[in-house]
Amino acid sequence: MGGPSLAAAFAPVDQHYLLEARQMQALSFSVHIVLVCFGISFPAMVLFVEWLGQRTRDRLYLTLARRWSKVMLVLFGVGVITGTVLSFEMGLLWPNFTGTFGSVFGVGFAIEGFSFFMEAIFIGIYVYGWGRLSARVHMLSGIPIVITGFTGSLMVIAVNAWMNHPGGFQLRGGHVTHVDPFKALFGNTYLWHELMHMYVAGYVVSGFILAGCYAYSRLRGRWGRYERVALTIPLTVAALATIAEGPIGDWAARDVASTQPIKLAAMEGLYKTTKGAPEHLLGWYTGNHLEYAIQIPHLLSLLTDHSWNGTVQGLATVPPSQRPPVNVVHWSFQIMVGIGTLLALLAVVYLAIWIWKKRLPESTWFYRALVVAGPLAVAALISGWVVTEVGRQPWVVYGVMRTDAAVTGAHGIPIGYGALAAAYLVVACGLAWALRRLARAPFEEPVEPPAQLQAA
Amino acid sequence: MLLRSLPLVFVLAGVALYTVLGGADFGAGFWQLLAGRNERGERVREFAHHSMGPVWEANHVWLIFVLTVFWTSYPKAFGSIASTLAVVLFIALLGIIFRGAAYAFRSGASTDRELARIDTIFSFSSILTPFALGAAVGAIATNRVPVGNAAGHLFSSWLNPTSIFIGVLAVASCAYLAAVYLAADAARDGHEALERDFRLRALGAGVLAGATAIGGIFIVNADYHTLFHSLLSGRALAAVIVSFLAGLVTLMLVYDRRYEPARYCAAIAVAAIVAGWALARWPTILPGLTVDQAAAGHDTLVWVIVCVLGGSVILFPSLAFLFRLALAGRFQAAESTVPDEIAQPLRAIRPGLLARLVVALLIAGFGLLNIANAQWAHAVGVVCLVCFVVLGFRAIVFSALGEQTTPK
Repeated sequence: MGGPSLAAAFAPVDQHYLLEARQMQALSFSVHIVLVCFGISFPAMVLFVEWLGQRTRDRLYLTLARRWSKVMLVLFGVGVITGTVLSFEMGLLWPNFTGTFGSVFGVGFAIEGFSFFMEAIFIGIYVYGWGRLSARVHMLSGIPIVITGFTGSLMVIAVNAWMNHPGGFQLRGGHVTHVDPFKALFGNTYLWHELMHMYVAGYVVSGFILAGCYAYSRLRGRWGRYERVALTIPLTVAALATIAEGPIGDWAARDVASTQPIKLAAMEGLYKTTKGAPEHLLGWYTGNHLEYAIQIPHLLSLLTDHSWNGTVQGLATVPPSQRPPVNVVHWSFQIMVGIGTLLALLAVVYLAIWIWKKRLPESTWFYRALVVAGPLAVAALISGWVVTEVGRQPWVVYGVMRTDAAVTGAHGIPIGYGALAAAYLVVACGLAWALRRLARAPFEEPVEPPAQLQAA
Repeated sequence: MLLRSLPLVFVLAGVALYTVLGGADFGAGFWQLLAGRNERGERVREFAHHSMGPVWEANHVWLIFVLTVFWTSYPKAFGSIASTLAVVLFIALLGIIFRGAAYAFRSGASTDRELARIDTIFSFSSILTPFALGAAVGAIATNRVPVGNAAGHLFSSWLNPTSIFIGVLAVASCAYLAAVYLAADAARDGHEALERDFRLRALGAGVLAGATAIGGIFIVNADYHTLFHSLLSGRALAAVIVSFLAGLVTLMLVYDRRYEPARYCAAIAVAAIVAGWALARWPTILPGLTVDQAAAGHDTLVWVIVCVLGGSVILFPSLAFLFRLALAGRFQAAESTVPDEIAQPLRAIRPGLLARLVVALLIAGFGLLNIANAQWAHAVGVVCLVCFVVLGFRAIVFSALGEQTTPK
């Protein structure tokens, strides 16, 4: 399996533009992950609305499901592109990483490829099959889309969890041996919290974005039954998912504390290993400590260790070359938690009004907040991934391979970065234009609204 | 030996399928670009789009399949190819971005002028991507990609006579494939004018692709004699002959207006060329790197093979279902309208017990996930939280929609 010359061929190179390579990867990833949220959760919502339509024979639900499915297809199409970009970048930017460890994590992507395939097949059948397949077959053709949305994220996150908590192989003289892909990908305790955290976030993000669109309609004075239904469904999903995301996030943080203590120390800006460590809110990390931070005594120990005087490991336990950039990680974490808290408050307001008043909120402020909630949820999502990915630095495979050893030796990274950014800008503008066009058509109630007739 | 070669066979099969299916999509873009601005051109563009729309996503996933199986099974070869050919692969990628974007955006366009503009802006990518991928193949075929991280030349590796020849051949083949498929679709849907148009295009592109292939053999001979020699001797020769004959038969079938067999015959011509290329090189992947040396460890290969075979059991029936619908013209058929029936209002359920259960699930989930430390407790906690979301959704949405349908 390759002589010593092969190991030398993939020795680390001196890449002047490592930071640009990382930013290019981050850009590709940030764009894709938002679309992933829709891939995870939108099919389930569309299918639910179609089911409502089949059950009640109410034209409104069928129209809504159909329009949403068009949006779903547009977003999926763009997701196919951005996903292809990511798989190219595995080789274009990080050939040493893929060349060294492809045999360990690759199976995860191969299975993900299949689930992507199934998703693509059935999304085509579902969207183009409206009115052309029987109602039953059409509904059934939507189910694989929901399932593959889950299996796809399971596979990709299995790879990411492996990068954060690697196992299932041995390294001898630059060569990977004794590879056990199953153990590497699925025998990993780190996988489960990451998977749940992302999967639930998928519902939070797309739920708030969708609800925000109809909240905007309401602010503009368009507020018929169609808009109310189209707001209630995603908003309810997002509200409940946001509340569930709290406990899941806490679980994730405790797993990080036990398996990646340095990442946690960077999240908290903790330099020295501390007993009974305080929680720091805000603040700027400089000269090995957090300036201007609000301290809550003992809280960090309580959260990570469930004990008043638990020990929390600090950044000082590793040499400076092995520490991630603290302010980026610390602030991303604060932004994620902060936005998550705000969204949870919004969710509680919505749910409380439902429980006690049995109606949608009436305050204009609620709908204004809802319009902002979607973009905020995206910001939280991306911040969360910055915590995971930048917090893992300087490692690409935690504790095993440094990012600067993984990068390509090819020249011209800034040109590629610029070209990709420009291409994505064009795609983003086109997408915004296409979605606006799709959203423009108002729903017209049938001339004789059967529902009201029957009720009257 | 078999274990180490089988994944490469999967990869090559994926390359062939991507060329035959994804290639036809790029070819369709090629014809959209050349369709002209008049009404006839409009119809060509529209038809090409409607014919490819339902299968576009699925056709492109073949490329992802090829990449993932390749980098898992032959990581070092993948790392070497991707880094040396970074520039040309990036160009292909830009083409893929714009081609896909055109599909996504067309759904927002409402006037013919908008559609035409989108097609013109994005169709250039239909030439860019096949050319770039063909040039990349040329670089590998002429041993210009050495083992190592960006060890070969970033430009001359793919800017050479053979690469350019294969790039041009790829564009011509895509155009040819697309014209054959679109003529078949037009004949099926009874569009006589379109059928005539695409038949002519197919015959023209077929003759051009054939001429390019024959002329290119001399280019290859001058540029890289070893490849010329290995293609025209031994096992590879058989594949080359099959490809040549299949190409010829396809032309005759198209001339005869027998498009359905022509579709498959054209696919065979392309698949045979991929096979010929692989046979000419076997067992070398890159200079100094054989298939056996490049292959990943035993367990990984077993996993890849199990996954691909297991995945195929689910994938191929699904794909067959999609293509049966597409090829039978079901996606082109008129929609059946839903009869206007009396809507049944949703029964608004009073959230009593259910609401209490939902709250209990949230509390249980919190306790098990955030206070308990055992793994099993976390697992049960997650299940509780998922049930909290699902049942909470049921409790709220059903009563909400029920009230919205039946005004008090």
